[in-house]
Formats: sequence, C-alpha cells, structure tokens
Amino acid sequence: MYEPVLLKNVNVQDGHLLSTYEAGGGYRGLHKALKEHTPDEIIDLVKRSNLRGRGGAGFPTGMKWSFVPKRADKPKYLCCNADEGEPGTFKDRIVMERDPHQLVEGMAISAYAIGAEVAYVYIRGEYVLAIRRLEQAIAEAKAKGYLGTGILGSDFNFVVHVHCGAGAYICGEETAMLDSLEGKRAQPRLKPPFPAVAGLYASPTVINNVETLVCVPHIVARGPDWFRGIGPEKSPGPKLYCVSGQVRMPGLYELPMGIPLRELVEDHAGGPPAGRKIKAVIPGGVSAPVIPEPGLDVGMDFDSLAAAGTMLGSAGVIVVDDTTCMVKVATRIIEFFHHESCGKCTPCREGLNWVVKVLRRIEAGEGAPGDMEQLDMLCKGIFGNTFCALGDGAAMGLRASLAHFREEFVAHIEERKCPFH
Amino acid sequence: MAMREKIEQAAARYPDQRSAIMPALLIAQREHGHLPGPVLEEVADILGVERIWVYELATFYTLFHTEPVGKFHLQLCDNVSCMLRRSEDLLTHLENVLGIKKGGTTGDGLFTLSTVECLGACEMAPVMQVGDDYHGNLDIERIDALLARLRAMVPHAAGADLAAVEPPGE
Ligand SMILES: Cc1cc2nc3c(=O)[nH]c(=O)nc-3n(C[C@H](O)[C@H](O)[C@H](O)COP(=O)(O)O)c2cc1C
Ligand code: SF4
Ligand code: FES
Repeated sequence: MYEPVLLKNVNVQDGHLLSTYEAGGGYRGLHKALKEHTPDEIIDLVKRSNLRGRGGAGFPTGMKWSFVPKRADKPKYLCCNADEGEPGTFKDRIVMERDPHQLVEGMAISAYAIGAEVAYVYIRGEYVLAIRRLEQAIAEAKAKGYLGTGILGSDFNFVVHVHCGAGAYICGEETAMLDSLEGKRAQPRLKPPFPAVAGLYASPTVINNVETLVCVPHIVARGPDWFRGIGPEKSPGPKLYCVSGQVRMPGLYELPMGIPLRELVEDHAGGPPAGRKIKAVIPGGVSAPVIPEPGLDVGMDFDSLAAAGTMLGSAGVIVVDDTTCMVKVATRIIEFFHHESCGKCTPCREGLNWVVKVLRRIEAGEGAPGDMEQLDMLCKGIFGNTFCALGDGAAMGLRASLAHFREEFVAHIEERKCPFH
Repeated sequence: MAMREKIEQAAARYPDQRSAIMPALLIAQREHGHLPGPVLEEVADILGVERIWVYELATFYTLFHTEPVGKFHLQLCDNVSCMLRRSEDLLTHLENVLGIKKGGTTGDGLFTLSTVECLGACEMAPVMQVGDDYHGNLDIERIDALLARLRAMVPHAAGADLAAVEPPGE
C-alpha cells in the first residue's frame, strides 16, 4: 500500500494550522536546508531527485532553477502558479485549503535555492477559502520566523505575497502570468528570453506549480533517492491525480507516478456508475487528447502518456461513460478554449471560433456534408501555428476526438440529429 | 479600513504600481458591488496610473463586472466535469424557479444567474459559486434549499451584507 505524503494532512482536523503541520514534522525540511545545505546543494538535490514540474509540461525542476543566473544586478523572483484553470483539475486548491504550510515551506526552500527574497503566489480569485488559508499560513509562518528577515538564524530573508487572479485561464501560462502580475492584460510573451533570465519586471524569475513546490520539502527531508524510488526512473515521485466526471468516487488521489490509468479509475475511483461502461478518459485536463477505453492500460506519467499520443498535463482525469455523446464533450471543450483565447494570434482566435460553429451545428443535427473535412482542415491550420500552447492543446484534443470517435460525428451528420438524445 | 487605505496597503507589495491595479479592482469591486466608470477612475487616481490601464484590466478579466449584478450572483459551472454530472438540468431549473434566463437578474435585484468555466472543484461536480462560497454535489433539492437560505439572509443583513464580509487579500 502506498502511503500518502503530499496529502498526509488534508483530511486531518485543522490540517491548515501551523501547529498541526509542525506536529507532523513540518518545516524540518526548511531547517535542514538552511543549516546543512548551500543553495547550490539544494538545486543539486532537486536535480538528483528527477522532480519534473507538475503544472503540465513536466520540465525538470532542478534544471529550471539552475538557469537562473548566479550573479544578477536585479532582484530574483519566485512565482507560484496557483491559477489552476484547466478543467478537470483541483489538486492545488485542495492542498492550499487544507495544508497551506506545505506550500509555504516549499516556497521558502525553493527561494533559498535560487536566491529570491520575494515571491508571489498567483492564485485564481475564485479560490476564496484557499486565499484566506494561505494568507493565514503566511502570517503564522512569519510570526514563527519561517518567513521574514534572518530566517531561523540564517542570513536568508524571504517574503511571500498573495496575488489574486480575476478569472482568465490564460494566466496559467507562465509568461501571461508575468504580464498579469505586472498589471497588464494577460497575453503570452515571446520566448526567449526565458523567465529564468528575464521574467517578472525583467528580472530572473522561476515559475513553479503548487504541487511542484510542495514536493521540495520532502525531497530535502527524505533525500532524492527516496523520491526517485517512487514510480518510473524518468518521471518519479508521488503524484496527485484529480478524478472527476462519470465515476463513482470522484476525488483527489495521491499515488505513485506511473500508476496504470485503469487502476486509478476502476480500483481507486470505483469505476463508472452502476450499469454503465467507461467509454473514454481524458487523462490530463481538457488540453490532453482523449483515450478510448481499450487504451486505459497506460502508465500515468509524462513519458508513457506521451508515447500513447496524449499527455499527463495537470493530471485532471475526466471519466466519460457510454451514455455520453462525444460530440457534445468535444464541443464543450472547444467552447472553453474559444472563450479563454487571449486573442493575440489569429489561428487560435479565429480558428477556434470557426471550429465552435461547425461543432455546434453538428451536435444540433444540422451538420453538412464536408463538415468533417472542414474540422480536419481547421485542426491542421491551428496545430503548430499558434503563439502559445493553448491553441495547440485545443487542436490536439479535437484531433483525438475526431480520430477515435469519428463514427459519432458522422452519425450526427447523417442522421441529422444527436443519437444520444 | 477605507478603500483608499486598503488599496495603498495592497500596492505596497509591488515595486511597480501598475501591478497593484488588479488587487485594487478586486478591493473596489468588494466595496461597490461592481465597477462603474467613476470607480475605475478613482482606482487609477489612487494608484497614480494611466486610466486606460485600469479600463483594460476591468474589461479583460471575467471576475470584474462593469455592470451591476444581483445581491447574490449564482455562478453555475457548466464545464465538462459538471456537464457530465448534469449541470444543464440545474440551469434549466434555476431559470424556471427564478423566472430569468442565464445572464439575467431577478426583478427584485436579488439574484443574477450566470454559467462559468471550471471552478476547479470538479470532485464535487456539479458546482456553483455564490459570493465567496462554493456549493458542490448539487441537485435540484439542494439548489432549492440554497435559494431559500439565501432569501432568508436578506432581511437580517440590512443593506451591506455581502460587501461587509472581510475580503481576502487584505
Ligand atoms: C494555456 C496554459 C495554461 C496553463 N495553466 C497552468 C496552470 O493553471 N497551473 C500551472 O501550474 N501551470 C499551467 N500551465 C503551465 C505553465 O505555463 C508552466 O509550465 C508551469 O506553471 C511551470 O511550473 P512547473 O515547472 O512547476 O510545472 C499552463 C500552460 C498553458 C499553455
Ligand atoms: S494560442 Fe490563443 S491563447 Fe495563446 S497567444 Fe494565441 S490567441 Fe492567445
Ligand atoms: S468542471 Fe465544473 S468545477 Fe470543474
């Protein structure tokens, strides 16, 4: 049986309080980091752990940190990506609501490693409870000397500010987040320069997801070998999986990276409602291409899912059963991306608008001959031609729906109605 | 604390006042319920930034409302995980019992009904946000009970009610 580490406190009474966190060994990683390690040693530990970012792209965290110039005449910043807008995803919210000190400790150690004295947590404005709990945790940590000046008797100074978003999915894209933090409309920036060199206020900046930062104290406290001993060699560690949709026990599950998708959905989350069958699963939030049921024996890690033509993304696992129309699901997903497109580039802004129109008419039974070809053509025109990964994600998802469930689209067009209602 | 003071306190967290526009708008919206032109201009003046920068943000982000909304803003999620758990039926029910369409506000100014993108609480789908609170695992009975509770809050809260709740981020 796998013993949860990241979710150890989430179902504990008062798990959000400093006293609970400390009683469970909290802040030991920070003590250890400041007393026993130089910043470079922390970066090295994280590199040796093989920790890969949990925000979607899976970039190696230690390597990202090592890109920050050692000498810079500008202040360095740490930004925590707590925007969590990918439909199907709720892991960061639960961690911040129920165990916010874990994040505060993770940020303090990470900031020490990269040489930042100021951090911003960019958190979606809807998450009111998480915002309050995090602010409370920051105040408690400050009072106890885990934040502030001369932390735990060292010469490390560090403050954390909470910055609330205001309802735009694109703010989760790291460079758009920086623009948003600078008080502009959130639109992705051209890279290079990469944020590690010129990020917030053109200063060296590291942006990490909540779950990524939360892994750090455990890596320091238990060592990189412990971390690497869980799951596959190339993407190891404990992992938070969000399971939702047509499944008996939706919820947040902490299990090793690489666990088979089928085991996650059928054994841990209880499988589909009685009398129904799983038709398909979206493994990593709506940007991730859908997997039809026979493909469920895939490992839930970056490389296995990529080899299967999809991605781990945010690990937002959405289960769809056999009573559901895949055209409807695909339409709703594209409507989301269309709504959230920042408008900067034409293939995304105009292309998705066009796709939405075609999908809506197919779902309504008003599809025309040639619509399938038009959708294929649009996917081709969008994929690879957009400024950021939002447009690519939308096109990849649609392409998979068209490939795996083509007969449902065709049936809508030929029967001139939705066969599901 | 007065709005100006709250905004100045929030602005102290940033090396650049422009960064404080979003926090300032969140504070101003708490105070006024929505963000009409004169409020946007006041925010710009307090921060000493270009007015156009403030307008830009107030119109880009969906949590900002430049038009008034009802005392209780019912924000029902209809994204995939909620859709798969029949949030559509809840929308129809809400439209029927409130006598308004999505996007509308009841005649007494009590309820505005909207659908929103994923609230990040899909484990309790279908979900609706009302003010600061999430309500999950909703069905028609729970919706009816919630509406009754909200209605019952009004006579006691006399005027200020929701805006008086201490905002986050301060
Ligand atoms: C459209 C879009 C939305 C994204 N949303 C999020 C998000 O909500 N949370 C997140 O951590 N990363 C999100 N990302 C990924 C970030 O750009 C970035 O890769 C990540 O925050 C880096 O942190 P990590 O290395 O710890 O994973 C998004 C990317 C794109 C293109
Ligand atoms: S792909 Fe879409 S979201 Fe990304 S920059 Fe282009 S318009 Fe904006
Ligand atoms: S889809 Fe409704 S909360 Fe995520």
